Amino acid sequence: MALRVGCAAPPGKALENKTGAWRVFKPVFEPEKCTKCGMCAMVCPEGCVHETEEGTFEPDLDYCKGCGICVEICPKKGIRMEKEEK
Amino acid sequence: MAEVEEGCELFSAGHRACGGCGPALAARLLLKATGKNVILVASTGCMEVFSTPYPETAWGVPWIHSLFENAAAVASGIEASLKRQGRSEKVVCVCGDGATFDIGVLCISGAFERGHDITYICYDNEAYMNTGIQRSAATPYGASTTTSPAGACSLGNPHPKKDMPGILAAHGAPYVATASIAYPNDFVQKVERAINTPGPCYIQVHTPCCTGWGFESGETLAMAKLAIETGLWVNYEMVNGQVQKAKKVRRKPVEEYLAKQKRFRHLFKPARRDDVIANIQAVADANAERFSIDIKPKESSE
Amino acid sequence: MLEFMEGSHAVAEIVKRCRPQVIAAYPITPQTHIVEDLAQMVANCEIDAEYITVESEFSALSACLGASAAGSRVYSATTSQGLALMFEVCFNAAGMRQPIVMTIANRSLGAPLSIWNDQQDSISLRDSGWLQYYAEDNQEAADLHMIAYRVCEDHDILLPAFVCFDGFILTHTYEPVALPSQEEVDAYLPAFTPYQRLDAEAPLSMGMYATPEYYMEFRYEIDRAMHRSKQAFIKAGREFGEQFGRDYSALVEGYRLEDADTALVAMGSICGTVKDAIDEMREHGRKVGLLKIRTYRPFPAQEIADALKGVSTVAVLDKNISLGNGGAVGTEVKSALYGSGVAVYDYIIALGGRDVRKRDIAAVVDLAEKGKGDMFYGLRTEVL
Repeated sequence: MALRVGCAAPPGKALENKTGAWRVFKPVFEPEKCTKCGMCAMVCPEGCVHETEEGTFEPDLDYCKGCGICVEICPKKGIRMEKEEK
Repeated sequence: MAEVEEGCELFSAGHRACGGCGPALAARLLLKATGKNVILVASTGCMEVFSTPYPETAWGVPWIHSLFENAAAVASGIEASLKRQGRSEKVVCVCGDGATFDIGVLCISGAFERGHDITYICYDNEAYMNTGIQRSAATPYGASTTTSPAGACSLGNPHPKKDMPGILAAHGAPYVATASIAYPNDFVQKVERAINTPGPCYIQVHTPCCTGWGFESGETLAMAKLAIETGLWVNYEMVNGQVQKAKKVRRKPVEEYLAKQKRFRHLFKPARRDDVIANIQAVADANAERFSIDIKPKESSE
Repeated sequence: MLEFMEGSHAVAEIVKRCRPQVIAAYPITPQTHIVEDLAQMVANCEIDAEYITVESEFSALSACLGASAAGSRVYSATTSQGLALMFEVCFNAAGMRQPIVMTIANRSLGAPLSIWNDQQDSISLRDSGWLQYYAEDNQEAADLHMIAYRVCEDHDILLPAFVCFDGFILTHTYEPVALPSQEEVDAYLPAFTPYQRLDAEAPLSMGMYATPEYYMEFRYEIDRAMHRSKQAFIKAGREFGEQFGRDYSALVEGYRLEDADTALVAMGSICGTVKDAIDEMREHGRKVGLLKIRTYRPFPAQEIADALKGVSTVAVLDKNISLGNGGAVGTEVKSALYGSGVAVYDYIIALGGRDVRKRDIAAVVDLAEKGKGDMFYGLRTEVL
C-alpha cells in the first residue's frame, strides 16, 4: 500500500487492532438482571458494549480491555469480572 | 440507544488508550454530541497518540493534528477557510490540559480574542500523562507527579490549579463550561450548546486518568464523581462571563477523594499531613463558596 | 506596462491577483508594508479573502496550515525572528504537505538584534522541506510568487515555498515593475484544487504520527517531491516566460560566464551589484562572471556543476553563516563541485545590512584569484 500524502488516513483501520488481547479480566454480563438502561454502553471507553436484539447488552471481546467501568456503573450489579482464561 | 451507537461508530474501538481511560470516554461522548458535521483539531498528547498511529485512525470524522501548542491557531485557519467556502462544519479543538493551560495559551488567547466560531474542549486529566505524569498548571495542589514529586521537603505540587475557564471567560467567550465524564449527558448537552453558540466557546471536562492518578481502571467514573462530591471539581456554566448554573452537592470531606489515589498517598503515609489535607479542604470550601454548590439542610433538592 | 512602485507593494499586488482565500500574518520589520497593503485590499473588498490578525508568527503559519488543510489557498509573509518563531510549524507544514506560499523579507537573526538584511533567516530553514526561491529584484520577487503557487499546488509536489527577497534593499525600494492584470494571472494560475482536505463528507485523519515502520518512508517521499519540484519549476518558469515574456525556466542563471576564469556565486539582490562590478572588471580585461542561484531548495547541485565546469576559481558570497562551519551556500557549492578541480572559496559578506559596493566585489575576486578565501569579508578589524 502506497503511503498517503502527509501521513493521512481514512477511518476504519483502528479496528484492525484487536485490543481484547490486552485483557486480564473479562466482564460477564447477566442479561436476566439487565434493566436496559444502557449505561454500560454509554460509558465504555472502547465503545465496544453493544445492544442485543433483546435490548440487553454484551461486550465485544475482540476489543474489550477489561477495565471494569461497566461493572462499576451497572445499577443492578448485573456485570461481574472474571479472570481471563487464555 | 441509536445515539450511543452513533458515538461508537464515530470514535472506533481499536484505539490504544489504557483500559479505563477517562479521555477515551470523553472522545466518544464528544462525537455523540457533535455528530458527523464537525472538524476536530487535536493537540499532541495522550488522545492524539492513542487514537492515530498511522494508518490506524480511530476517528470517523475529519481530524487534524499539527503540533502540541497550536490547535487553536490551526482551528482559526480552518474556521476562516470554511467561512470563505460557505461550509457548515463545526470546528472543535480537543486538547489535553498541558496543551491548554500551559504551552498553548498564546494561541488560545489569540483565537478567543479574535472571536473565531470554534469550540475548544480541554480534556483535563491534571498532568502531562503522555510523557509520564509530569506536572502541568492544571495539576491540583498537593498532587505528586514525576516533576512535582512528594519527598522529605516536598508536599507534591505546591501551586494551585490555574483558573482557565475564568481566563477564557475574561476574553469575552460567550459560553464557558466545566463538565465531568461522571455526568455523561451533562457533558454531551454542554458540547451541543457550545457548538451551537456563535463565537469561541470553552469546555473543560474532568477526565480521570487511572494510570497517572493511581487507582483501579474500573473506578474512573467513581473518581470523577468523588471530585464533584467533595467540591474539588465544580460543574458550572458561564454565559457571557456570568456563572449561571453550578451543580449542587451534599459535600463529602476531601479526604474521601484523596485517600483513593496514589498521587495523594504521601498525605497519609508514612505520616498523616493534616496541614496539607486542610489546605486542600480549603480549596474545596472556597469552590463551594464561589459557586454556591452546597445543598443547605433546609433544601430538599437542587 | 511598467509602473514605478515599492517592492513590498509589487508583491502585495501580485499576491492579491493570486487570489489567496485566507491570509494570516503578524507584523515584523521589514515585512510590514506587504501585509499592510494586503489588509487594506481586504478592507477595500479588492480581494475576496479572510485576513486573520494573529497574535504571533507561530499562529500565522499555524492558521495557514489549518486553512490550507481545509481546502483554501493561503498566504503569509514574515522575516527573521518571526520565521524563527515559526520553525516548528515550518517543518510540520512541509511534512503535512500543505502548499503554503510565504514571502520572506530577508533579515538577519539576533543576537545582536538587527532589523537589516542578510539571508540567515530563510537559509537556517534549509532542512525544513520548504522550497526556497530567491529574487534579485522586485520584478522577479513578484513573478516568483505566481510560479511558487503553480509549483507548490502541483499534486505531484505538494510542498510549501518561501519566496525570498532582501529586506529594505528590495522591500522598501522603488523600482519599475510590470504588473500583470487579474485576467493574465488567472490564465497562468488556475483556481486552487486541494489534493485532499478536511471534509465531513469524506473524513480523513491528517497529521497522524508515524512509528519507526513508516517515518523514514514519509521523509523519503518529501525529499522525492523536493527533487521532482525542479522539473515543475522549470516548466512553470518556461510557461511564465511564454505568457509574460520573462523567462524563469532556469534554477541557476549565468551572467557573462561563457568565457569566465573566475565565477562569483550569489543569491538575491546582491546579484545586481555583482553584475555591475563584473561589467567594470570586464572593461579592464578580467574574465569574471556570475552564477545566480534562484532555487536554493531544492539545491541545484548538478546545474551548478554544469554551469561552472569551465571556470578555474569560484567565489561564493554568503549572506549567512553556519556558525562553526562557514557559509551555507559555499559549503553546498563545494560539495556540488567536489572532484571537479575547481577551486571554491567562500566569503561571509554583508551580514546585518553591511553595505556591499562594486569595489568589494572586485576585492573578493582579487582574494579568490590569490587563493585566499573561506573568510569573513569586510570585517572592521579596528573595533575587534
